[in-house]
Amino acid sequence: MIVDLAIVAVKAFLVLFMVLNLAGILGWVERKGSALIQDRIGANRASIFGFAGMGLVNTLIADPIKMLTKEDFIPAHGDRLMHTLAPCLALFPALVTFAVIPFGDVLVVGGREINLQVANLNIGILYIFAMASLSVYGIVIGAWASNNKFSLLGGVRGAAQMVSYEIAMGLSVIGIVIVYGTLEPQAMVRAQGELFWGWLPAWGVVRQPLAFLLFFTAAVAETKRLPFDAPEGESEIVAGYHVEYSGGKFLMFFAGEFAEVVTAAGLVTTLFFGGWQVPYLLRDGFYFPWGSVVSLAPLTVTILQVAAFTVKVLFFCWLQIILRWTLPRFRYDQIMRLGWKMLLPAALVNLFLTAAWIVVRRPV
Amino acid sequence: MIVFFILAFLTLLFSLLVVTQRNVVHSAMALAATLFVMAVLFLTLDAPMLGVLQILVYAGAIMILILFVIMLLNPLSIEARPAAWWMLGSLGAAALCLQLAALVHRPAVSAEAAVPASFGGPESIAQSLFTDFALPFGLASVLLLVAIIGAVALAQRQR
Repeated sequence: MIVDLAIVAVKAFLVLFMVLNLAGILGWVERKGSALIQDRIGANRASIFGFAGMGLVNTLIADPIKMLTKEDFIPAHGDRLMHTLAPCLALFPALVTFAVIPFGDVLVVGGREINLQVANLNIGILYIFAMASLSVYGIVIGAWASNNKFSLLGGVRGAAQMVSYEIAMGLSVIGIVIVYGTLEPQAMVRAQGELFWGWLPAWGVVRQPLAFLLFFTAAVAETKRLPFDAPEGESEIVAGYHVEYSGGKFLMFFAGEFAEVVTAAGLVTTLFFGGWQVPYLLRDGFYFPWGSVVSLAPLTVTILQVAAFTVKVLFFCWLQIILRWTLPRFRYDQIMRLGWKMLLPAALVNLFLTAAWIVVRRPV
Repeated sequence: MIVFFILAFLTLLFSLLVVTQRNVVHSAMALAATLFVMAVLFLTLDAPMLGVLQILVYAGAIMILILFVIMLLNPLSIEARPAAWWMLGSLGAAALCLQLAALVHRPAVSAEAAVPASFGGPESIAQSLFTDFALPFGLASVLLLVAIIGAVALAQRQR
């Protein structure tokens, strides 16, 4: 009993540790990436005793110190309680969503099977959407508590945008749920280990390519980053919902945004790119389609799986950052038109086709 | 049991805050907290699907829309209601209490009854929705459709 609890606690700690630190590192990657695209050097001012060589480490230390030692400003006619609550509400959903994302198969240690996932819910997908729907509170409440017209505009835009894209996101995932016949993320990842025609891994992106495009677009919109940054809209409403935030509270909004990037990458990986699956890798080694077999120890297999999951998540984090600095931003009405008139009908068509395919394929 | 009492206390506390707060946004947030705690209550009652749907639909969608409307209209404080409204509301609450008291006094199911393995899962909920309760489910969908069409008609008229 105590060992079980300890295992869960260690898994929860590890996942939180990884997500938060990856969020911090992404802050640096974003600055360096933007500099790369804009032909600058970027993020080269932080030096420890004149030593600026390790930009990543220096920036990782300097950024939080700067933010945490700044004055925490609350507007005079703002709402103190809600102003403080909002950053917590923004950070919380992004961090807890990762609880149901499996980062590996079952690890067997001393006869004890450890499921490499913090919480194995049989309705994991619904849990993900429930938590995603809560992430609107942070920006709406933060915007309102600031007592600032720019903030309020940002908050209203944010609420409309996130509610709209949640619908397209949910509908695009229902196709995947129908195909795999389960709402359990770990079972979905297991099902993606199958092969089509003996060589093509049956990842979600192969079975549901349209759903992948819709889901990824909606997920990027949910993180409120460019090209969907209407709630922030630096060029028109200063910084939108967090214009009146400084210091540690701003750091929480900032970390929440990058934690959402990591979570979105984790979701895309789990649903559409096989999660921890490595092509042709089974429990006891590689079984290549051309017939050769490489046996591996169970521990090696687990390490390979976790490494594969990490690499896929890092790839999608990187893709989101490159997207942000490549694409021009949408206007607010364009965002709404894309969400309601293009993504939503496309998701419905995809859902209908998938359901029809399943009905034709499986005689009742 | 201890968990239940903590959750029940929190539910009552937040629901009291909903009615006693003067600030509309504070009331809305207290209502969201009430819904969230009730979802946790569902989780402890072997109904995870219901709990998660409670968060997804009520806390995540309906409350957000309410907040959205509050922020667009920005009513600074609630205007005082006439006494007749208070009477009507109190009578309704009292009637509901009586009904619930009867249920608590003579529960339909014994507390010790074992919960079937598939209880509260997506399959069992879908089964009952599409077989036993197909008609009410369909009627509710039509009602929602009517509401959507009504909203679109109202929005069109202003053009």
